Amino acid sequence: MPEVNAVLVRRGADFAAAEDAVQDALLAALAAWPADPPKDPKGWLVTAAWRRFLDAARSDAARKARELRLYDEPLPGLAVDLDDTLELYLRCAHPSLTPTSAVALTLRAVGGLTTRQIAEAYLVPEATMAQRISRAKGTVSGVSLDEPGSLETVLRVLYLVFNEGYSGDIDLSSEAIRLARRLHTVTDHEESAGLLALMLLHHARRPARTRPDGSLVPLTAQDRSLWDTDLVADGVTILQGALARERLGEYQVQAAIAALHCDARSTAETDWVQVVEWYDELVVLTDSPVHRLNRVVAVGAADGARAGLAALEPLDPELPRYAAVAAHLHENDGDRPRAAELYAEAARRATNVPERDHLTREAARLRRTL
Amino acid sequence: MAKYLLLKHYRGAPTPVNDVPMDDWTPHEVSDHIQFMNDLAVRLEGTGEFVDGQALAPEGMWVRYDGEGRPPVTDGPFAETKDLIAGWMIIDVEDQERAVELAGELSSAPGAGGRPLHEWLELRPFLEAAPPADE
Repeated sequence: MPEVNAVLVRRGADFAAAEDAVQDALLAALAAWPADPPKDPKGWLVTAAWRRFLDAARSDAARKARELRLYDEPLPGLAVDLDDTLELYLRCAHPSLTPTSAVALTLRAVGGLTTRQIAEAYLVPEATMAQRISRAKGTVSGVSLDEPGSLETVLRVLYLVFNEGYSGDIDLSSEAIRLARRLHTVTDHEESAGLLALMLLHHARRPARTRPDGSLVPLTAQDRSLWDTDLVADGVTILQGALARERLGEYQVQAAIAALHCDARSTAETDWVQVVEWYDELVVLTDSPVHRLNRVVAVGAADGARAGLAALEPLDPELPRYAAVAAHLHENDGDRPRAAELYAEAARRATNVPERDHLTREAARLRRTL
Repeated sequence: MAKYLLLKHYRGAPTPVNDVPMDDWTPHEVSDHIQFMNDLAVRLEGTGEFVDGQALAPEGMWVRYDGEGRPPVTDGPFAETKDLIAGWMIIDVEDQERAVELAGELSSAPGAGGRPLHEWLELRPFLEAAPPADE
């Protein structure tokens, strides 16, 4: 069943694990179908295989986590205690570590990746990564038990890993989702749920976000039929569970914004007014200039480019992506010469290659029309 | 997490404080200089911040495409010290502040008389290879 296999791989399973899961699902089908044939055999197999994959991934990760305990203490029985799992997350993302060290240690000790895999993902020599991890271990083993760590730093570290995307063989976004899912099962905290939902909702759009040559596709131009509706449904369910507890946090709010995008068939049909309202909440919660800038984009879509430009006025032009946002608003306001100039400036200030290339093409596109 | 290139070259930078050409140093001073570079690389590997360090031959040539079916055109070498790229170090550090700190340290490598070179290094951030996953 190569299609079923492909669905699992697209969702982030590695190839061998996907094949194993599909084999298990086929065995289950042999047992179940004669008595109760499904209406949608492929759908049945995808669901069954995905569940088996998740179970296997979880128990594999749990086994790895047991093997990689920071302390040489005897194994506590057969099952890993939930509290122990949480304790491991908290230690590996302890506030006494720099974000860089916390990321490396979390991937090694909680995620069970090898040092070589982490080094490849972050494009540094293996010896450097080994030292980074070993220093981080040294730091947290000196931390006393009355400094328990904080869930906030754990969430931030997982989000950093997620945002790294993938380079080389390791899909760090999928890895972050696995780690966030496990954290969600052991914490019962609305922001753990919010972060997991946020990751799923962003990840669902990944197939549409880049072309096969690696170039970026902006949200307006994305082929929404490529969005993974199962991941969206999963993310929305988890988000609703979190929001029902009525203790809003930044990850839940960002997930709500992502959910509104996933809910629309085009940018024209997006409920931008509600998006702006969620950004208002987000700005109150975080007071982050980056979120203020993102809010400006939503204002421009909800109330028109002029309103967007007015909202942009008080912000600091030194903010990352300020020029890109200004370019977009000026283009929509009909000022193509200014927009072209700003796209070119945004390209010079971009911090990653695909974004720089995209902005360069935008500038070139407008200049041809001048 | 951010990667930076520490580029040691002589294009447009002001003259370093200790401006004696390396071939006028004593052999011992040359060895001390090299040892300093190696020690720093080892130490940065230990802190989990080292990515790469390379020295370049002082002379190279210019090469360009010359059309379909024709061999590339070469020119040079033009050994002008003002255009010399001596080498580089690549580091992966927490933030720009740390990158500046390390560049300052690299620039303190000993030269003539065992005194720090105070040479100018160009610090350039890498562009990330992948866009963020949360666009």
